[in-house]
Amino acid sequence: MSNHEHQHGEHECTCFPGFKHDTLIPMVGIITDIREETPDVKTFRVNAPEGGKLFEHMPGQCAMLCVPGVSEGMFSITSSPTNKEYQEFSIKRCGMLTEMLHSLEVGSEITVRGPYGNNFPVDTVLKGKDLVFIAGGIGLAPLRSVINYVIDNRADYGKVDIIYGSRSADDLVQLKEIQEVWMNTPGINVHLTIDREQEGWNGHVGFVPTFVKELGESSQVEFGINTISLICGPPIMIKFVLGALGDMGVSKTQIYTTLELRMKCGVGKCGRCNIGSKYVCKDGPVFRFDEVDELPPEF
Amino acid sequence: MYKIAKENLASLFALINETKELYLPVEVAGQTNFAAYTAEANVDLDTLKTVKSPKDVFFPQSENLYTCNKEDNKLKITPEKLVDAPFVVFGMKACDIKGIEVLDRVFLSDPVDSFYAARRANGIIVGLACHEPEESCFCKVFGVDCTEPAADVATWMIEGELYWKALTEKGEALTESVKALLTETCESKVEAEKSAVKAIVEKLPYSNLSLEGWNGNVLTEKFNDALWNELYKPCLACGTCTFVCPTCQCYDIKDYNTGNGVQRYRCWDSCMYSDFTMMAHGNNRNSQMQRFRQRFMHKLVYFPANNDGMYSCVGCGRCVDKCPASLNIVKVIKAFSEKGDK
Repeated sequence: MSNHEHQHGEHECTCFPGFKHDTLIPMVGIITDIREETPDVKTFRVNAPEGGKLFEHMPGQCAMLCVPGVSEGMFSITSSPTNKEYQEFSIKRCGMLTEMLHSLEVGSEITVRGPYGNNFPVDTVLKGKDLVFIAGGIGLAPLRSVINYVIDNRADYGKVDIIYGSRSADDLVQLKEIQEVWMNTPGINVHLTIDREQEGWNGHVGFVPTFVKELGESSQVEFGINTISLICGPPIMIKFVLGALGDMGVSKTQIYTTLELRMKCGVGKCGRCNIGSKYVCKDGPVFRFDEVDELPPEF
Repeated sequence: MYKIAKENLASLFALINETKELYLPVEVAGQTNFAAYTAEANVDLDTLKTVKSPKDVFFPQSENLYTCNKEDNKLKITPEKLVDAPFVVFGMKACDIKGIEVLDRVFLSDPVDSFYAARRANGIIVGLACHEPEESCFCKVFGVDCTEPAADVATWMIEGELYWKALTEKGEALTESVKALLTETCESKVEAEKSAVKAIVEKLPYSNLSLEGWNGNVLTEKFNDALWNELYKPCLACGTCTFVCPTCQCYDIKDYNTGNGVQRYRCWDSCMYSDFTMMAHGNNRNSQMQRFRQRFMHKLVYFPANNDGMYSCVGCGRCVDKCPASLNIVKVIKAFSEKGDK
């Protein structure tokens, strides 16, 4: 269903005769739930005002969220497309727009346009493979969409390992779902870590890249030729995780990541997210790491 | 082929303007730019280059996209009306028309920008061949023939008469609508004019600039070249080059609070500005060298890689004329060629 058909659906059509929908014209979305994940991350559930989803998407795709009069920004869709009721966005408070989004309440309306960009190759390359998800902090948001897609299509994929770390136990996003769903799904192993010792934490302590190396070297997580790794987190984490995987003989063609740059249009025209001959909004945000290597180092 | 005496052009413009909006070079306060025709407008067909390129006829410097109103805590989006009436742009030069071809690659590629597409569909371009190309011109380098504007109608100003030739269906229709003011003529004077102007083009100082070394798989080599560290230094980051350029298409999207709603608009932006790529978590091009390099790499390497080798420069020379620090694409191309010669 196109955005425009949607507007014609149950709402008054605001169009003039001959109106043709442009991707820069958003839809109205309503916030139907807000979960406080961590001191600075909230997960927002978004629906169409008349109920249902605003659009269909694939894991890894993004959408432009806007508080009219404040600003608009690109956020990865953290819910899986297998969720037929709503879309979710986990958003860290770190700037003007996210500050404003965090002040919204259930029932508030925002504008949404998308989905934009490519997706993780869940229906092609990833099928039949063992998957290792490696995330740091809010970097779990885009990978969560893939993880839940894989859980809902469990038979299509091999073994799944999820390695996830944050600054502290309080900064682990989606902890409830991790403990109640992911940890209880057969064939899925979750490995959590936090950066520093903390009272009440009995799990692993240490940075994600070191943890990846430990898990790999002790064969708790296998990085074989049939394994694909999906990484998202702070640039410094990605850099060292890549190093660790390289040391263990993992080829860059077996690693996917998702990039983030300033975006305005979402369709490769406004020029902001251009690196080399690629536009991250349109040609990405998902890249295989050997493709990232071909880009000029400007991200 | 038709012609019309220069002194009758006012009647031609008035006739076109009876049924269509007409944009043409108009002098205001000593500067000539494309503007809407009025009976009082000081039309200036003698100035070779308008200060800004006429790209804003199709891609305005600022345009509204929609209005967002809030009633009872409900948001309502009203998209801006698309251009739906034919209009004429008179006097575009061959380089600027080629600039529109470059913009087409951006805005008409999937997903089509409907605001731009509506203007392109309704715009009728009357090109004006160059009579006296200037020293800062280098359109020949980018394959533009300034004596043959690839428009709906091509015109040539020769000895006080405007020669007129329709090249497309749109051009034929426009010609038909103003035929009462045109007289039929042969092409011999135009052919002579073309040869004479081409001879001038050959002698222009930048006409033989070489693009050798800019095509093929040169991204990494050019990106990493140490020359950028020297070339960018005089750049003031003023963005003038991007605003006068017929092919620069970077834009910003912003909201304006009108007091009873929010107007969403887009406006030209510049990759030369430090906040262009600024995010809450940092800036991926935080030095002026990186921003300067981005502009030229985009025009000479990135854009061609995505567009069948088409460069995103048409050699109009506005950046050569207007940069306050005398930096321009000619200087960049020359610096790389000279380095190659050593």
